[in-house]
Amino acid sequence: MENITSLLSIALGAVLINNFILSQFLGICPFMGVSKKIETALGMGMAVIFVMGVASAVNWPINNFILVPNGLGFMQTVTFILVIASLVQFVEMFLQKAMPSLYEALGVYLPLITTNCAVLGVTLQNAQKGYNFGEALTYGIFGGIGFLVAIVLFASVRERMEFAKCPKCFEGFPIALVAASLIALAFMGFSGLKVW
Amino acid sequence: MSTTILAPIVLTILGIIFGIILAVASKVFAVEKDPREEAIAEILPGANCGGCGYPGCGGYANSVVKGIAPVNACAPGGAELAKKIGEIMGVEVEEGARKIAQVMCTGGGHDKTRYDYVGLSSCLAVSRVSSGPLQCSYGCLGGGDCVDACKFDAIHIVNGVAEVDQEKCVACGACVTACPKNIIQIIPRNSKKYTELRCSSHDKGPATRQSCDNGCIGCKLCVKACPKEGALTVENFLAKINYDICIGCGLCSRACPRQLITVDGKVLPPKPKKEEPKKEAPKAAPAAEAPKAAEAAPAAPAAEPAPAAEASKAE
Repeated sequence: MENITSLLSIALGAVLINNFILSQFLGICPFMGVSKKIETALGMGMAVIFVMGVASAVNWPINNFILVPNGLGFMQTVTFILVIASLVQFVEMFLQKAMPSLYEALGVYLPLITTNCAVLGVTLQNAQKGYNFGEALTYGIFGGIGFLVAIVLFASVRERMEFAKCPKCFEGFPIALVAASLIALAFMGFSGLKVW
Repeated sequence: MSTTILAPIVLTILGIIFGIILAVASKVFAVEKDPREEAIAEILPGANCGGCGYPGCGGYANSVVKGIAPVNACAPGGAELAKKIGEIMGVEVEEGARKIAQVMCTGGGHDKTRYDYVGLSSCLAVSRVSSGPLQCSYGCLGGGDCVDACKFDAIHIVNGVAEVDQEKCVACGACVTACPKNIIQIIPRNSKKYTELRCSSHDKGPATRQSCDNGCIGCKLCVKACPKEGALTVENFLAKINYDICIGCGLCSRACPRQLITVDGKVLPPKPKKEEPKKEAPKAAPAAEAPKAAEAAPAAPAAEPAPAAEASKAE
Protein backbone atom coordinates (compact mmCIF):
# COMPACT_ATOMS: atom_id res chain seq x y z
CA MET A 1 0.00 0.00 0.00
CA GLU A 2 2.75 2.34 0.94
CA ASN A 3 4.41 1.46 -2.32
CA ILE A 4 1.43 2.60 -4.36
CA THR A 5 1.04 5.87 -2.50
CA SER A 6 4.69 6.68 -2.96
CA LEU A 7 4.37 5.97 -6.70
CA LEU A 8 1.25 8.14 -6.83
CA SER A 9 2.98 11.01 -5.12
CA ILE A 10 5.93 10.72 -7.50
CA ALA A 11 3.59 10.70 -10.48
CA LEU A 12 1.56 13.68 -9.32
CA GLY A 13 4.72 15.52 -8.40
CA ALA A 14 6.26 14.95 -11.82
CA VAL A 15 3.17 16.12 -13.70
CA LEU A 16 2.06 19.10 -11.65
CA ILE A 17 4.17 20.13 -8.69
CA ASN A 18 7.64 19.69 -10.15
CA ASN A 19 6.66 19.93 -13.79
CA PHE A 20 9.84 19.61 -15.81
CA ILE A 21 9.21 22.62 -18.00
CA LEU A 22 7.14 24.97 -15.95
CA SER A 23 8.69 24.45 -12.53
CA GLN A 24 12.17 23.10 -13.20
CA PHE A 25 12.68 24.92 -16.51
CA LEU A 26 14.23 21.93 -18.25
CA GLY A 27 13.62 21.14 -21.91
CA ILE A 28 12.71 24.67 -22.93
CA CYS A 29 14.07 24.32 -26.47
CA PRO A 30 11.40 21.97 -27.85
CA PHE A 31 8.86 23.71 -25.62
CA MET A 32 9.37 26.93 -27.55
CA GLY A 33 10.23 25.36 -30.88
CA VAL A 34 7.52 22.78 -31.50
CA SER A 35 4.59 24.49 -29.81
CA LYS A 36 3.18 26.34 -32.79
CA LYS A 37 0.56 23.73 -33.54
CA ILE A 38 -1.27 21.44 -31.13
CA GLU A 39 -0.78 18.49 -33.47
CA THR A 40 3.00 18.64 -33.60
CA ALA A 41 3.10 19.50 -29.90
CA LEU A 42 1.18 16.28 -29.20
CA GLY A 43 3.63 14.30 -31.34
CA MET A 44 6.59 15.86 -29.61
CA GLY A 45 5.07 15.22 -26.20
CA MET A 46 4.50 11.57 -27.07
CA ALA A 47 8.07 11.21 -28.29
CA VAL A 48 9.36 12.77 -25.07
CA ILE A 49 7.20 10.48 -22.90
CA PHE A 50 8.59 7.52 -24.77
CA VAL A 51 12.21 8.65 -24.64
CA MET A 52 12.03 9.68 -20.96
CA GLY A 53 10.41 6.41 -19.97
CA VAL A 54 12.88 4.26 -21.87
CA ALA A 55 15.82 6.41 -20.78
CA SER A 56 14.83 5.95 -17.14
CA ALA A 57 14.38 2.22 -17.61
CA VAL A 58 17.72 1.76 -19.37
CA ASN A 59 19.77 4.16 -17.28
CA TRP A 60 18.61 2.78 -13.93
CA PRO A 61 20.26 -0.65 -14.28
CA ILE A 62 23.34 0.91 -15.87
CA ASN A 63 23.67 3.28 -12.95
CA ASN A 64 22.91 0.76 -10.23
CA PHE A 65 24.65 -2.32 -11.59
CA ILE A 66 27.60 -0.88 -13.47
CA LEU A 67 28.44 2.63 -12.32
CA VAL A 68 27.69 2.67 -8.59
CA PRO A 69 29.22 -0.73 -7.66
CA ASN A 70 32.44 0.24 -9.42
CA GLY A 71 32.58 3.66 -7.81
CA LEU A 72 31.99 5.37 -11.14
CA GLY A 73 29.12 7.55 -9.98
CA PHE A 74 30.96 10.59 -11.29
CA MET A 75 30.46 9.28 -14.82
CA GLN A 76 26.68 9.48 -14.62
CA THR A 77 26.33 12.53 -16.86
CA VAL A 78 28.53 11.32 -19.70
CA THR A 79 27.13 7.79 -19.62
CA PHE A 80 23.54 8.97 -19.54
CA ILE A 81 24.14 11.26 -22.48
CA LEU A 82 25.63 8.38 -24.43
CA VAL A 83 22.60 6.23 -23.66
CA ILE A 84 20.10 8.96 -24.49
CA ALA A 85 21.85 9.84 -27.75
CA SER A 86 21.78 6.26 -28.98
CA LEU A 87 18.23 5.89 -27.78
CA VAL A 88 17.04 8.91 -29.71
CA GLN A 89 18.81 7.66 -32.82
CA PHE A 90 17.00 4.38 -32.38
CA VAL A 91 13.63 6.07 -31.90
CA GLU A 92 14.26 8.19 -34.97
CA MET A 93 14.96 5.17 -37.15
CA PHE A 94 11.92 3.42 -35.75
CA LEU A 95 9.63 6.39 -36.37
CA GLN A 96 10.91 6.90 -39.89
CA LYS A 97 9.96 3.34 -40.68
CA ALA A 98 6.76 2.98 -38.70
CA MET A 99 5.22 6.47 -38.63
CA PRO A 100 6.65 8.62 -41.43
CA SER A 101 4.05 11.35 -40.96
CA LEU A 102 4.97 11.82 -37.31
CA TYR A 103 8.63 11.71 -38.30
CA GLU A 104 8.06 14.52 -40.80
CA ALA A 105 6.05 16.53 -38.29
CA LEU A 106 8.77 16.35 -35.64
CA GLY A 107 11.45 17.33 -38.12
CA VAL A 108 14.66 18.53 -36.56
CA TYR A 109 13.25 18.45 -33.06
CA LEU A 110 13.49 14.71 -32.75
CA PRO A 111 17.29 14.76 -32.93
CA LEU A 112 17.10 17.70 -30.56
CA ILE A 113 15.69 15.42 -27.86
CA THR A 114 19.23 14.04 -27.73
CA THR A 115 20.37 17.17 -26.00
CA ASN A 116 17.09 17.78 -24.25
CA CYS A 117 17.96 18.54 -20.67
CA ALA A 118 14.60 17.24 -19.45
CA VAL A 119 15.58 13.73 -20.51
CA LEU A 120 19.03 14.00 -18.98
CA GLY A 121 17.47 15.67 -15.95
CA VAL A 122 15.04 12.87 -15.25
CA THR A 123 17.74 10.19 -15.28
CA LEU A 124 20.11 12.25 -13.14
CA GLN A 125 17.34 12.99 -10.65
CA ASN A 126 16.48 9.29 -10.53
CA ALA A 127 20.05 8.61 -9.46
CA GLN A 128 20.17 11.53 -7.03
CA LYS A 129 16.94 10.68 -5.28
CA GLY A 130 17.86 7.01 -5.03
CA TYR A 131 14.66 5.74 -6.59
CA ASN A 132 14.16 2.02 -7.10
CA PHE A 133 13.39 0.74 -10.58
CA GLY A 134 9.61 1.15 -10.37
CA GLU A 135 9.87 4.62 -8.97
CA ALA A 136 12.42 5.65 -11.59
CA LEU A 137 10.20 4.36 -14.39
CA THR A 138 7.18 6.17 -12.93
CA TYR A 139 9.13 9.38 -12.57
CA GLY A 140 10.34 9.14 -16.16
CA ILE A 141 6.97 8.40 -17.74
CA PHE A 142 5.04 10.92 -15.70
CA GLY A 143 7.75 13.50 -16.20
CA GLY A 144 7.11 13.01 -19.91
CA ILE A 145 3.37 13.35 -19.35
CA GLY A 146 4.06 16.60 -17.50
CA PHE A 147 6.02 17.73 -20.55
CA LEU A 148 3.10 16.77 -22.79
CA VAL A 149 0.61 18.67 -20.63
CA ALA A 150 2.76 21.77 -20.60
CA ILE A 151 3.57 21.80 -24.30
CA VAL A 152 -0.02 21.10 -25.40
CA LEU A 153 -1.36 23.80 -23.07
CA PHE A 154 1.19 26.21 -24.42
CA ALA A 155 0.51 25.24 -28.05
CA SER A 156 -3.20 25.93 -27.64
CA VAL A 157 -2.39 29.32 -26.14
CA ARG A 158 -0.07 30.08 -29.03
CA GLU A 159 -2.62 28.99 -31.61
CA ARG A 160 -5.04 31.52 -30.18
CA MET A 161 -2.37 34.15 -29.99
CA GLU A 162 -1.96 33.96 -33.77
CA PHE A 163 -5.25 35.79 -34.10
CA ALA A 164 -4.88 38.11 -31.16
CA LYS A 165 -3.88 41.70 -31.60
CA CYS A 166 -0.58 42.47 -30.04
CA PRO A 167 1.93 45.31 -30.27
CA LYS A 168 4.19 44.91 -33.28
CA CYS A 169 7.36 44.76 -31.24
CA PHE A 170 5.97 41.83 -29.24
CA GLU A 171 4.76 39.80 -32.19
CA GLY A 172 5.93 36.22 -32.52
CA PHE A 173 8.59 35.05 -30.12
CA PRO A 174 8.52 37.78 -27.44
CA ILE A 175 4.82 37.38 -26.74
CA ALA A 176 5.27 33.60 -26.69
CA LEU A 177 7.91 33.98 -23.99
CA VAL A 178 5.60 36.24 -22.00
CA ALA A 179 2.81 33.68 -22.31
CA ALA A 180 5.17 30.89 -21.23
CA SER A 181 6.15 32.81 -18.13
CA LEU A 182 2.51 33.42 -17.26
CA ILE A 183 1.73 29.71 -17.56
CA ALA A 184 4.75 28.94 -15.39
CA LEU A 185 3.44 31.43 -12.84
CA ALA A 186 0.08 29.67 -12.88
CA PHE A 187 1.79 26.34 -12.30
CA MET A 188 3.38 27.74 -9.15
CA GLY A 189 -0.09 27.37 -7.65
CA PHE A 190 0.42 23.60 -7.68
CA SER A 191 3.43 23.89 -5.39
CA GLY A 192 0.94 24.22 -2.53
CA LEU A 193 -0.55 20.86 -3.42
CA LYS A 194 0.04 18.41 -0.57
CA VAL A 195 0.43 14.77 -1.48
CA TRP A 196 -0.43 12.43 1.36
CA MET B 1 41.29 -2.11 -10.57
CA SER B 2 41.63 1.61 -10.25
CA THR B 3 38.78 3.80 -11.39
CA THR B 4 40.99 5.64 -13.85
CA ILE B 5 41.32 2.49 -15.92
CA LEU B 6 37.83 1.25 -15.25
CA ALA B 7 36.09 4.45 -16.37
CA PRO B 8 37.24 4.42 -19.99
CA ILE B 9 36.79 0.66 -20.23
CA VAL B 10 33.17 0.82 -19.08
CA LEU B 11 32.40 3.72 -21.39
CA THR B 12 34.04 2.00 -24.36
CA ILE B 13 32.14 -1.21 -23.78
CA LEU B 14 28.86 0.68 -23.47
CA GLY B 15 29.67 2.61 -26.62
CA ILE B 16 30.40 -0.57 -28.56
CA ILE B 17 27.18 -2.19 -27.37
CA PHE B 18 25.08 0.81 -28.41
CA GLY B 19 26.94 1.05 -31.68
CA ILE B 20 26.09 -2.54 -32.50
CA ILE B 21 22.44 -2.01 -31.55
CA LEU B 22 22.23 1.05 -33.78
CA ALA B 23 23.94 -0.72 -36.66
CA VAL B 24 21.45 -3.56 -36.46
CA ALA B 25 18.54 -1.12 -36.15
CA SER B 26 19.64 0.83 -39.20
CA LYS B 27 19.42 -2.36 -41.22
CA VAL B 28 16.13 -3.50 -39.71
CA PHE B 29 14.40 -0.14 -39.93
CA ALA B 30 16.00 0.94 -43.18
CA VAL B 31 13.73 3.17 -45.24
CA GLU B 32 14.15 2.95 -48.96
CA LYS B 33 14.97 6.42 -50.14
CA ASP B 34 14.83 7.44 -53.73
CA PRO B 35 18.49 7.54 -54.83
CA ARG B 36 17.57 10.33 -57.21
CA GLU B 37 16.72 12.57 -54.27
CA GLU B 38 20.19 12.20 -52.82
CA ALA B 39 21.78 12.73 -56.20
CA ILE B 40 19.85 15.94 -56.71
CA ALA B 41 20.51 17.18 -53.19
CA GLU B 42 24.20 16.65 -53.83
CA ILE B 43 24.41 18.87 -56.91
CA LEU B 44 22.19 21.65 -55.54
CA PRO B 45 24.14 24.73 -54.41
CA GLY B 46 23.13 24.26 -50.80
CA ALA B 47 22.60 27.94 -50.15
CA ASN B 48 19.10 27.23 -48.79
CA CYS B 49 17.98 30.58 -50.15
CA GLY B 50 14.36 29.50 -50.56
CA GLY B 51 14.09 31.18 -53.96
CA CYS B 52 12.44 28.08 -55.41
CA GLY B 53 9.60 28.32 -52.91
CA TYR B 54 10.47 25.11 -51.08
CA PRO B 55 11.98 24.83 -47.60
CA GLY B 56 15.68 24.64 -48.36
CA CYS B 57 17.60 22.61 -50.89
CA GLY B 58 16.61 19.29 -49.31
CA GLY B 59 12.93 20.17 -49.53
CA TYR B 60 13.34 21.14 -53.16
CA ALA B 61 15.12 17.87 -54.02
CA ASN B 62 12.33 15.95 -52.32
CA SER B 63 9.64 17.84 -54.22
CA VAL B 64 11.41 17.35 -57.55
CA VAL B 65 11.53 13.60 -57.07
CA LYS B 66 7.88 13.57 -56.09
CA GLY B 67 7.14 15.41 -59.31
CA ILE B 68 5.67 18.48 -57.61
CA ALA B 69 8.48 20.88 -58.37
CA PRO B 70 9.83 21.75 -61.80
CA VAL B 71 13.43 20.76 -62.43
CA ASN B 72 14.45 24.30 -63.36
CA ALA B 73 13.23 26.16 -60.28
CA CYS B 74 16.68 26.59 -58.74
CA ALA B 75 17.72 30.13 -59.55
CA PRO B 76 21.29 30.08 -58.19
CA GLY B 77 22.06 26.89 -60.11
CA GLY B 78 20.74 28.32 -63.35
CA ALA B 79 20.27 26.52 -66.63
CA GLU B 80 23.29 24.29 -66.15
CA LEU B 81 21.95 22.80 -62.95
CA ALA B 82 18.46 22.44 -64.43
CA LYS B 83 20.00 20.35 -67.21
CA LYS B 84 21.77 18.10 -64.71
CA ILE B 85 18.63 17.62 -62.63
CA GLY B 86 16.75 16.91 -65.84
CA GLU B 87 19.25 14.18 -66.65
CA ILE B 88 18.76 12.59 -63.23
CA MET B 89 15.00 12.78 -63.54
CA GLY B 90 15.00 11.75 -67.17
CA VAL B 91 13.07 14.75 -68.42
CA GLU B 92 13.84 17.30 -71.08
CA VAL B 93 14.37 20.78 -69.75
CA GLU B 94 12.83 23.56 -71.72
CA GLU B 95 14.89 26.71 -71.67
CA GLY B 96 13.78 28.10 -68.34
CA ALA B 97 13.23 31.82 -68.06
CA ARG B 98 15.93 33.27 -65.89
CA LYS B 99 14.54 35.61 -63.30
CA ILE B 100 16.20 38.57 -61.73
CA ALA B 101 15.27 41.37 -59.40
CA GLN B 102 14.58 44.82 -60.79
CA VAL B 103 14.65 48.08 -58.86
CA MET B 104 11.76 50.15 -60.13
CA CYS B 105 13.53 53.48 -59.80
CA THR B 106 16.39 55.02 -61.74
CA GLY B 107 17.02 57.67 -59.15
CA GLY B 108 16.18 60.54 -61.47
CA GLY B 109 14.88 62.46 -58.48
CA HIS B 110 17.27 61.41 -55.76
CA ASP B 111 18.59 64.95 -55.39
CA LYS B 112 15.15 66.54 -55.30
CA THR B 113 14.29 66.50 -51.64
CA ARG B 114 11.64 68.07 -49.48
CA TYR B 115 13.69 68.19 -46.30
CA ASP B 116 17.08 67.19 -44.97
CA TYR B 117 17.00 63.85 -43.25
CA VAL B 118 19.41 63.32 -40.37
CA GLY B 119 19.38 60.03 -38.53
CA LEU B 120 19.58 56.30 -39.06
CA SER B 121 20.51 55.54 -42.62
CA SER B 122 18.27 52.49 -43.00
CA CYS B 123 15.49 52.81 -45.60
CA LEU B 124 12.99 51.57 -43.06
CA ALA B 125 13.82 54.37 -40.66
CA VAL B 126 14.00 56.98 -43.41
CA SER B 127 10.67 55.95 -44.87
CA ARG B 128 8.96 56.43 -41.51
CA VAL B 129 9.61 60.17 -41.54
CA SER B 130 6.68 61.29 -43.70
CA SER B 131 7.59 58.60 -46.23
CA GLY B 132 11.09 59.81 -46.87
CA PRO B 133 12.71 63.09 -47.88
CA LEU B 134 12.31 62.58 -51.65
CA GLN B 135 9.77 64.66 -53.53
CA CYS B 136 8.76 61.49 -55.35
CA SER B 137 7.11 59.24 -52.81
CA TYR B 138 7.83 56.19 -54.99
CA GLY B 139 11.57 56.74 -55.23
CA CYS B 140 14.45 54.62 -54.00
CA LEU B 141 15.77 56.04 -50.74
CA GLY B 142 19.22 54.54 -51.20
CA GLY B 143 19.56 53.45 -47.57
CA GLY B 144 20.75 50.00 -48.53
CA ASP B 145 18.26 47.74 -46.75
CA CYS B 146 18.25 45.59 -49.87
CA VAL B 147 22.06 45.46 -49.88
CA ASP B 148 22.00 44.12 -46.34
CA ALA B 149 19.32 41.59 -47.22
CA CYS B 150 21.14 40.20 -50.27
CA LYS B 151 23.05 37.01 -49.59
CA PHE B 152 24.69 36.98 -53.00
CA ASP B 153 26.28 40.45 -53.08
CA ALA B 154 24.11 41.20 -56.10
CA ILE B 155 22.64 44.58 -55.24
CA HIS B 156 24.50 47.77 -54.49
CA ILE B 157 23.82 51.44 -54.00
CA VAL B 158 25.17 53.33 -57.01
CA ASN B 159 24.73 57.10 -57.02
CA GLY B 160 22.16 56.91 -54.27
CA VAL B 161 20.01 54.25 -55.93
CA ALA B 162 19.95 50.50 -55.64
CA GLU B 163 21.30 48.73 -58.72
CA VAL B 164 20.97 45.00 -59.36
CA ASP B 165 24.05 43.14 -60.53
CA GLN B 166 22.45 41.02 -63.24
CA GLU B 167 25.27 38.49 -63.27
CA LYS B 168 25.02 37.72 -59.60
CA CYS B 169 21.29 38.08 -58.97
CA VAL B 170 19.50 34.77 -58.44
CA ALA B 171 16.02 36.17 -57.83
CA CYS B 172 15.67 34.81 -54.31
CA GLY B 173 13.44 37.77 -53.44
CA ALA B 174 15.17 38.80 -50.21
CA CYS B 175 15.51 42.40 -51.40
CA VAL B 176 11.85 42.49 -52.45
CA THR B 177 10.82 41.78 -48.88
CA ALA B 178 13.38 44.13 -47.41
CA CYS B 179 12.42 47.20 -49.43
CA PRO B 180 10.01 49.38 -47.39
CA LYS B 181 9.04 51.23 -50.56
CA ASN B 182 8.04 48.03 -52.38
CA ILE B 183 9.83 49.13 -55.53
CA ILE B 184 11.82 45.96 -56.16
CA GLN B 185 10.21 43.21 -58.17
CA ILE B 186 11.21 39.86 -59.60
CA ILE B 187 10.85 39.68 -63.37
CA PRO B 188 11.68 37.06 -65.97
CA ARG B 189 14.66 38.02 -68.05
CA ASN B 190 13.79 36.05 -71.14
CA SER B 191 14.11 38.40 -74.06
CA LYS B 192 17.51 38.64 -75.69
CA LYS B 193 17.47 42.38 -75.29
CA TYR B 194 16.56 43.24 -71.77
CA THR B 195 14.11 46.12 -71.80
CA GLU B 196 13.70 47.98 -68.54
CA LEU B 197 11.21 50.57 -67.45
CA ARG B 198 12.34 51.45 -64.00
CA CYS B 199 9.76 53.72 -62.42
CA SER B 200 7.01 53.16 -59.86
CA SER B 201 5.55 56.63 -59.76
CA HIS B 202 1.78 56.80 -60.00
CA ASP B 203 1.91 60.58 -59.73
CA LYS B 204 0.32 62.57 -62.51
CA GLY B 205 2.53 63.88 -65.31
CA PRO B 206 3.25 67.41 -64.04
CA ALA B 207 3.95 66.22 -60.52
CA THR B 208 6.37 63.59 -61.79
CA ARG B 209 8.11 66.14 -64.01
CA GLN B 210 8.72 68.29 -60.96
CA SER B 211 9.99 65.54 -58.70
CA CYS B 212 12.09 63.52 -61.14
CA ASP B 213 14.33 63.93 -64.16
CA ASN B 214 13.05 60.89 -65.97
CA GLY B 215 10.04 59.47 -64.12
CA CYS B 216 7.16 58.02 -66.13
CA ILE B 217 4.47 60.60 -66.84
CA GLY B 218 2.03 58.19 -68.43
CA CYS B 219 2.10 59.81 -71.88
CA LYS B 220 1.51 56.46 -73.64
CA LEU B 221 3.97 57.23 -76.45
CA CYS B 222 5.68 53.93 -75.72
CA VAL B 223 2.39 52.06 -75.95
CA LYS B 224 1.81 53.55 -79.37
CA ALA B 225 5.30 52.62 -80.50
CA CYS B 226 5.05 49.04 -79.28
CA PRO B 227 4.45 46.45 -82.02
CA LYS B 228 3.09 43.82 -79.65
CA GLU B 229 -0.36 44.17 -78.16
CA GLY B 230 -0.32 44.17 -74.37
CA ALA B 231 3.46 44.24 -73.94
CA LEU B 232 3.22 47.78 -72.63
CA THR B 233 0.29 49.16 -70.68
CA VAL B 234 -0.25 52.44 -68.89
CA GLU B 235 -2.24 52.42 -65.73
CA ASN B 236 -2.48 55.24 -63.20
CA PHE B 237 0.08 57.33 -65.08
CA LEU B 238 2.67 54.56 -65.06
CA ALA B 239 3.74 52.40 -67.97
CA LYS B 240 4.41 48.76 -67.30
CA ILE B 241 6.18 46.11 -69.34
CA ASN B 242 4.65 42.66 -69.59
CA TYR B 243 7.73 40.47 -69.98
CA ASP B 244 5.71 37.52 -71.21
CA ILE B 245 4.90 39.48 -74.35
CA CYS B 246 7.82 41.89 -74.73
CA ILE B 247 10.25 40.90 -77.46
CA GLY B 248 12.92 43.45 -76.67
CA CYS B 249 12.66 45.36 -79.96
CA GLY B 250 13.49 48.64 -78.25
CA LEU B 251 10.97 50.78 -80.12
CA CYS B 252 9.56 52.03 -76.85
CA SER B 253 12.99 53.13 -75.74
CA ARG B 254 13.33 55.23 -78.86
CA ALA B 255 9.86 56.70 -78.36
CA CYS B 256 10.07 57.59 -74.67
CA PRO B 257 10.35 61.38 -74.25
CA ARG B 258 11.68 60.93 -70.71
CA GLN B 259 14.48 58.58 -71.78
CA LEU B 260 13.33 56.23 -69.07
CA ILE B 261 13.13 52.97 -70.99
CA THR B 262 16.45 51.24 -71.51
CA VAL B 263 17.50 48.25 -73.59
CA ASP B 264 20.43 46.33 -72.13
CA GLY B 265 21.04 49.27 -69.82
CA LYS B 266 21.22 51.91 -72.57
CA VAL B 267 18.68 54.44 -73.78
CA LEU B 268 18.32 54.04 -77.52
CA PRO B 269 18.41 57.27 -79.51
CA PRO B 270 15.15 58.61 -80.91
CA LYS B 271 14.11 57.07 -84.20
CA PRO B 272 16.20 58.33 -87.13
CA LYS B 273 13.94 59.69 -89.82
CA LYS B 274 14.90 57.34 -92.67
CA GLU B 275 14.34 54.19 -90.65
CA GLU B 276 10.77 55.14 -90.01
CA PRO B 277 9.04 53.45 -92.94
CA LYS B 278 10.91 50.20 -92.29
CA LYS B 279 9.92 50.19 -88.67
CA GLU B 280 6.31 50.98 -89.45
CA ALA B 281 6.09 48.19 -91.97
CA PRO B 282 5.31 45.19 -89.74
CA LYS B 283 2.59 47.17 -88.06
CA ALA B 284 0.93 48.33 -91.27
CA ALA B 285 1.18 45.12 -93.25
CA PRO B 286 2.20 42.25 -91.05
CA ALA B 287 1.01 39.66 -93.54
CA ALA B 288 3.33 40.93 -96.25
CA GLU B 289 6.33 41.22 -93.95
CA ALA B 290 6.03 37.88 -92.25
CA PRO B 291 6.99 35.50 -95.08
CA LYS B 292 9.89 37.73 -96.05
CA ALA B 293 11.28 37.60 -92.57
CA ALA B 294 10.72 33.87 -92.40
CA GLU B 295 12.80 33.45 -95.52
CA ALA B 296 15.54 35.64 -94.18
CA ALA B 297 15.61 34.11 -90.74
CA PRO B 298 17.15 30.67 -91.49
CA ALA B 299 19.63 32.19 -93.93
CA ALA B 300 21.12 34.80 -91.62
CA PRO B 301 19.54 34.62 -88.19
CA ALA B 302 22.06 36.76 -86.39
CA ALA B 303 23.06 39.30 -88.99
CA GLU B 304 19.55 40.55 -89.67
CA PRO B 305 18.90 44.12 -88.46
CA ALA B 306 17.48 43.13 -85.15
CA PRO B 307 14.09 44.61 -84.29
CA ALA B 308 12.03 43.82 -87.35
CA ALA B 309 13.31 40.27 -87.76
CA GLU B 310 12.95 39.42 -84.12
CA ALA B 311 9.45 40.80 -84.08
CA SER B 312 8.24 38.58 -86.85
CA LYS B 313 10.21 35.57 -85.60
CA ALA B 314 8.54 35.76 -82.24
CA GLU B 315 5.17 35.91 -83.91
